[in-house]
Amino acid sequence: MPLFLIAQIAGRIVAIESDQVESVVDIGTIIPVPRADHHVRGLAALRSRVVTVIDTRAALGLEPGTTAATRAVITIVEGHHYAVLVDALDDVAPFELAPLAAGIVLDKGWLTVGRGIIERDGEPILAIGLAALIPRGLALAA
Amino acid sequence: MDDLLQEFIAETRETLEALSGEIVAWESAPGDRDRLDSIFRFVHTVKGSCGFLDLPRLARLSHAAEDVLAAVRAGERTPDTALVNAVLAIVDRIGELVEAIDAGHAVDDSGEDLLVAALDSGAQAAAPVSVVTPSRAPSRSVRLNVDLLDRMMSGMSDMVLARNELARRLRDDGADPSVEAALERLSLTVAEMRDTVTRTRMQKIDALFSALPRMVRDTAAELGKSVTLQIEGSDVELDREMIEMMRDPLVHIIRNSIDHGIEPPALRRLAKKRENGWLNVSARQSGNQIIIEICDDGRGIDVDALIAKIAQEGRRSEAELRALSPQAKLDLIFEPGLSTKTVVTAISGRGVGMDVVRANVEQIGGRIELFNTPGTGLRIAIHVPLTLSIMSTIGVGVRDQRFAISRQAIEEIVRVGGQTIRIDRIGDTLTATVRDRRMPLIDLSDMLGFAPLDPAMLVIVSVSGGSYALAVDAVLDHEELVIKPAAPAIMATGIYAGQTLPDSGLPMLMLDCAGIAHVAGLVFTRATAADEDAVVEAVPGVQALLFEDLDGCRRIVPLSVIDRVEPVATGAIRMSAGRLRLSVEGGIIPLVALGEWAALPTVSVLRLRDGATEIAYAIKEALDIVELPSAIVPAHAVGPIAGVVAIDGEQIEVLDLFWIFSAHGGGEAEPDAPLCLLDSAESAWMTTFLKPVLEASGYRVTDALRPGEVPRVLVRMESDAAPSASQIPVVRLRREAEGASDTIFRYDRPAVLAAVARSAGGR
Repeated sequence: MPLFLIAQIAGRIVAIESDQVESVVDIGTIIPVPRADHHVRGLAALRSRVVTVIDTRAALGLEPGTTAATRAVITIVEGHHYAVLVDALDDVAPFELAPLAAGIVLDKGWLTVGRGIIERDGEPILAIGLAALIPRGLALAA
Repeated sequence: MDDLLQEFIAETRETLEALSGEIVAWESAPGDRDRLDSIFRFVHTVKGSCGFLDLPRLARLSHAAEDVLAAVRAGERTPDTALVNAVLAIVDRIGELVEAIDAGHAVDDSGEDLLVAALDSGAQAAAPVSVVTPSRAPSRSVRLNVDLLDRMMSGMSDMVLARNELARRLRDDGADPSVEAALERLSLTVAEMRDTVTRTRMQKIDALFSALPRMVRDTAAELGKSVTLQIEGSDVELDREMIEMMRDPLVHIIRNSIDHGIEPPALRRLAKKRENGWLNVSARQSGNQIIIEICDDGRGIDVDALIAKIAQEGRRSEAELRALSPQAKLDLIFEPGLSTKTVVTAISGRGVGMDVVRANVEQIGGRIELFNTPGTGLRIAIHVPLTLSIMSTIGVGVRDQRFAISRQAIEEIVRVGGQTIRIDRIGDTLTATVRDRRMPLIDLSDMLGFAPLDPAMLVIVSVSGGSYALAVDAVLDHEELVIKPAAPAIMATGIYAGQTLPDSGLPMLMLDCAGIAHVAGLVFTRATAADEDAVVEAVPGVQALLFEDLDGCRRIVPLSVIDRVEPVATGAIRMSAGRLRLSVEGGIIPLVALGEWAALPTVSVLRLRDGATEIAYAIKEALDIVELPSAIVPAHAVGPIAGVVAIDGEQIEVLDLFWIFSAHGGGEAEPDAPLCLLDSAESAWMTTFLKPVLEASGYRVTDALRPGEVPRVLVRMESDAAPSASQIPVVRLRREAEGASDTIFRYDRPAVLAAVARSAGGR
């Protein structure tokens, strides 16, 4: 059974399959990137590396939250390191991934990131793919 | 040069090792085109490097092998066992020579003629030459895996950051001086290590560019062209591996530019271009790439000729080729085994080159773009990825954020508020005037979306084509930084060249000055002022035009007297007034032809000029531009030919310019010729009948003096009133054959001319 990281994003509980996760870190100072897409919160240093910090709420098309998230999940997409901001991290445990039940249609940005469902103590949790949160350069330039 | 030689040796050695498998495979299947191509590329590359490094023996061997392989590729020869053996013998010999060069001892060259001769069809197999293979010299360098260097580099950066943190903690806790001294030592060592580690991977692109001036000069001289080379951006640092990979493509492209692109001086004059070809090689960092551009102002790529050539080789049909998009047509230049030039030279024109170039560039994840302007030039841009590059940068501040700007792009930094600095709005466009130099101004804070504030500092940056002023709040410090590409979403803004982590431990973005200009909509046209500081690569010796004359002889004439070479319709040439003349725009000039021209529809004409007089010389065809040998064997008799020179073993006649101009250039009125005044009531007869005769004899003739002119002789009729008393001699003409002895019969040409000459002063 694959391992999942249970996290809170925008007040929802989500599951992130661990093979997408390089590490979980606390993000320090974020340097903004003027003119970049608003999904990009900025840049942060992670040891000797610069990571691009993704504003998860903005990427999901949600309203900005009230508190600034400082925890992040580091993921690597096409050779670049991204820090995906999360509100909180709950747990790591193995779960069975199941498809969404028929008839359930996700809304907003959830639609693009949703991969399926896991069930924790009877509670269904949306499993998400982090890569779908990363803005594409070319699409933005167009 | 030693570096280059070492690299050549290492590279040839490696290629040979990789090739040994191919060679064996080719031996068993001589028809295999892929194997043939790779062996061909090997000898071609060796040949190219040899010309560059002045290794004539290797050059000869590789050239010979290349000739044969080219013939095989073209289907003119079949690769039988004898041929394969002969080629392999040469490849072996190349390997031996390379080892010998490395070890620094000589190898007997006795067998090489045999090796080359064995390549001829029908030749007997060369007896294997026994050469004692020298033992390899101990290598002075180690080749390292780049991954290892990457890991070293990243570890190094971690070390710097750890040191910074340690220093901060110690400062906060108030450490004792001995600990601080130890930290100081650590800092120094770390900084030194960092420099060293950095250097292991990085090299200034100058390592690639420094050899170009010599190569351009030699190549141009060999082809009888002169080329002005301009190099920009030698400071850009590039991965060592990239530099090695870029060397061959760059050499190929530049040689192609000089050989195929830039026209001979005579043709350039015809095309109303500067006689010196212009070649610009530049490197710059843009986004996450290094762009190396090679621009020339030659004739560009003749796409039609390209299509015709490929169609003629029968690989693809002409209709199919014509249906391609313009860019795809241009890309046909990358077809393997293609050459648009019919003559094979030692420089290029063998059709290897562009396909190899593209293969090399794509191997390192790069790409090539062509911008073709037929008739006026070709620009080739090679984009190579910037995996890692260290740049010298200046930090600038906008509000509380810092950015880096490549130091190389910065011309100067000025503070706003001085006497010599003005900032104005022209329309809605901001401009800066710095010491009478006006340029566009971009407010960085405005571009980055900060609230407007009066600019405090101007950073004048130069981008390809021009300069602009970038307004910032503060200019901070200078730092050497490792710039890495940023995430696609960040690069998509077009204004950043990459990201970096300076010693402060806070990420920083590096600005792409060219990108900012582009985003701001600045438009620069190619700088014309560039000519001023251009280095002129003069070709030594007297350049001369080799041409085929109308009588089929090959003759030569110094280039300096040729004003133009142009085709004319033979209708413009007439035998008139006793000699051949050519009608040209607005005039008639004497024409010299040493052969039959009347049957031809057009001839080429050399317009020769000695400063004042112009003479046309009809030829069949201009052939080439060569250096005029200094040894001229004089002609037996005085005439249009001054003598004979030997060029490539052929006897070439040299035109006698002195004779041509003295024999054909006469009869033209010179400004200091004696002035002859026709001072008569019968001016109609005089101007119509007499004037041409006098002019043909070298006088200037007028019937009305302009202010300040004093005639040397007056010509009057007998019937005219008595001349006023003056010192000017008078020649008086009469109508009748018989008459007074102080007058001359007006139709007695010799007597009239003699009298005028006597009066004008012995002329």
